Amino acid sequence: MDRKLLLEHIGVEGIQTHDVYRKQGGYKAVEKALKSMSPDDIVEEVKKSGLRGRGGAGFPTGMKWSFIAKPEGVPRHLLCNADESEPGTFKDRYLMEKIPHLLIEGMILSSYALGCNQSYIYIRGEYMYVLQILEKAIAEAYANGWLGKNIKGSGFDLDLAVSTGAGAYICGEETALIESLEGKRGNPRIKPPFPAVKGLWGRPTVVNNVETIAAVVPIVNEGGDAYAQIGIGRSTGTKLISASGNINKPGVYEITMGITVEEFIYSDTYCGGMKNGKKLKACVPGGSSVPILPHYLVCKTATGEDRLMSYESLSDGGFATGSMLGSGGFIVYNEDQCIVRNTWNFSRFYHHESCGQCSPCREGTGWMEKVLHRLEYGHGKMEDIDLLWDIQRKIEGNTICPLGDAAAWPVAAAIRHFREEFEWHVKEPKLCTTKNYGLVTEKKFEPVNA
Amino acid sequence: MSQENIQFPEHLLQEVGRQISKFPEGMQKSALLSVLHIAQAHFGRLTEPVMDYVARLLHILPIEVYEVATFYSMYDTAAVGKVKLEVCRTGPCMIEGAENIVAYIENKLGIKDGETTADGLFTLKTVECLGACGYAPMLQAGEKFHEHLTEAKVDELIEQYRNNPKANYLGL
Repeated sequence: MDRKLLLEHIGVEGIQTHDVYRKQGGYKAVEKALKSMSPDDIVEEVKKSGLRGRGGAGFPTGMKWSFIAKPEGVPRHLLCNADESEPGTFKDRYLMEKIPHLLIEGMILSSYALGCNQSYIYIRGEYMYVLQILEKAIAEAYANGWLGKNIKGSGFDLDLAVSTGAGAYICGEETALIESLEGKRGNPRIKPPFPAVKGLWGRPTVVNNVETIAAVVPIVNEGGDAYAQIGIGRSTGTKLISASGNINKPGVYEITMGITVEEFIYSDTYCGGMKNGKKLKACVPGGSSVPILPHYLVCKTATGEDRLMSYESLSDGGFATGSMLGSGGFIVYNEDQCIVRNTWNFSRFYHHESCGQCSPCREGTGWMEKVLHRLEYGHGKMEDIDLLWDIQRKIEGNTICPLGDAAAWPVAAAIRHFREEFEWHVKEPKLCTTKNYGLVTEKKFEPVNA
Repeated sequence: MSQENIQFPEHLLQEVGRQISKFPEGMQKSALLSVLHIAQAHFGRLTEPVMDYVARLLHILPIEVYEVATFYSMYDTAAVGKVKLEVCRTGPCMIEGAENIVAYIENKLGIKDGETTADGLFTLKTVECLGACGYAPMLQAGEKFHEHLTEAKVDELIEQYRNNPKANYLGL
């Protein structure tokens, strides 16, 4: 049972164009909504669908929408977060490039639901060629009466524009995105006030990920209840997974929530198994920010249950033995990969991307990068491992935005599960620069009752 | 570049106007990032006179432009080559051999990461995740992503850019 709700027509020749998209049933949801649904009806369907934010946090979308303030006479704005920059994640780019009208249709539905007449797609600067695809599709949507004044005689007006970033991971954080869209540095804002009350230009604003907004199309077409039937538990619907690393078939896959991780990695429908028959060493299932899992916790949880591709199952065991679905950036590592090197690489990323506003993050990310660098290159001391643990603990929770946590978690998880590999780098300072450690030994976990 | 020479041609002024028109009256500062991209593509880099010109176009203070131009990694305030080869070095690209690609380019062009060839044609830069992890290793040149890189592919595209530096500048 494999439902495709977003990528169903991805293989159709010319699906990037309005006419082909329309022929495949495109913009039917907009017709339906404008003809027979009130904005609140759509919010209600999205609530019923159980849709959760696809950008990483997994917050219920319907609830986020219901927080938007509606003061008399003040315009509200919907912003689409297309600043995809989480290492391991490339699904939004795929969706926008291959089927741009799906995002536009989702923007129309969501803007109507929220009462927004001017909405924006904020796309990372490096996706300049995708921006051009989107602008072309938007022009087609205007020409066919899906955007502009009095859309299809409904009385609803919507202007949609794309605006660009210029190379800053931090702008994926919603308040930094808003700052950037105001033409400023991407420094996250202190919350509260939340964007739902005071966002773009001080006006009530909702920021949603590309995939989240696209998912509103099938929800309106099929109804929230039908959408909620797909998936497992509170992980409803389908999810785009960006698969990369040492697998046979890297790429973007739309999965039904609840398939097993084992199926996802080893089935030919998805990743097609490990490349060159190598052994699985570790997996980062939700983008670089989420905890890395050692091989023995990837396909099974600590209690021996099958690990599933869902918000709940991937986080089963908390950070002690679990991880997160995050943005669905699924990175697979084989036995030849070095966890210390990978952790150093990620730390360098967070150091580079820290906006510099909060001291724990600005100083801590750079410090971690340095310590990890010396461990990786055979100059580390045993105390360095505890030092790293100490630094990451002092970053987590002590910053304005979650970038601090995102920088801390991968380091914490690497030490938690791969401590023996870190220690080996200290004990074998020469060897570690030419050889890799291989698989870590399985640790036994006491079954924990929830 | 003297102050007087800093002026967009008509078609770019129109493009600036189109960017500004995306935002409500009085919110023209929101077009700043887009206008800086246009300025960099046209003038080669964001010098102080260029940034001052952008400030005048958008009716904002020069400092509001400087702070943005120095925050975002895509903007060049220092001189760069006609073609920037930006190789992704993060996580999945590293696994797939980004370091070898960087070393190969360094060797081939005789420059290090961050440097520009003597003829001013190529700048090599390592960058953080460009969202092409499934097609690693990769580099960006102009607006184009070159994916599944091999040494042969690098040879090919360096040759291509040598002949036509703006080959993959789709935009302005």
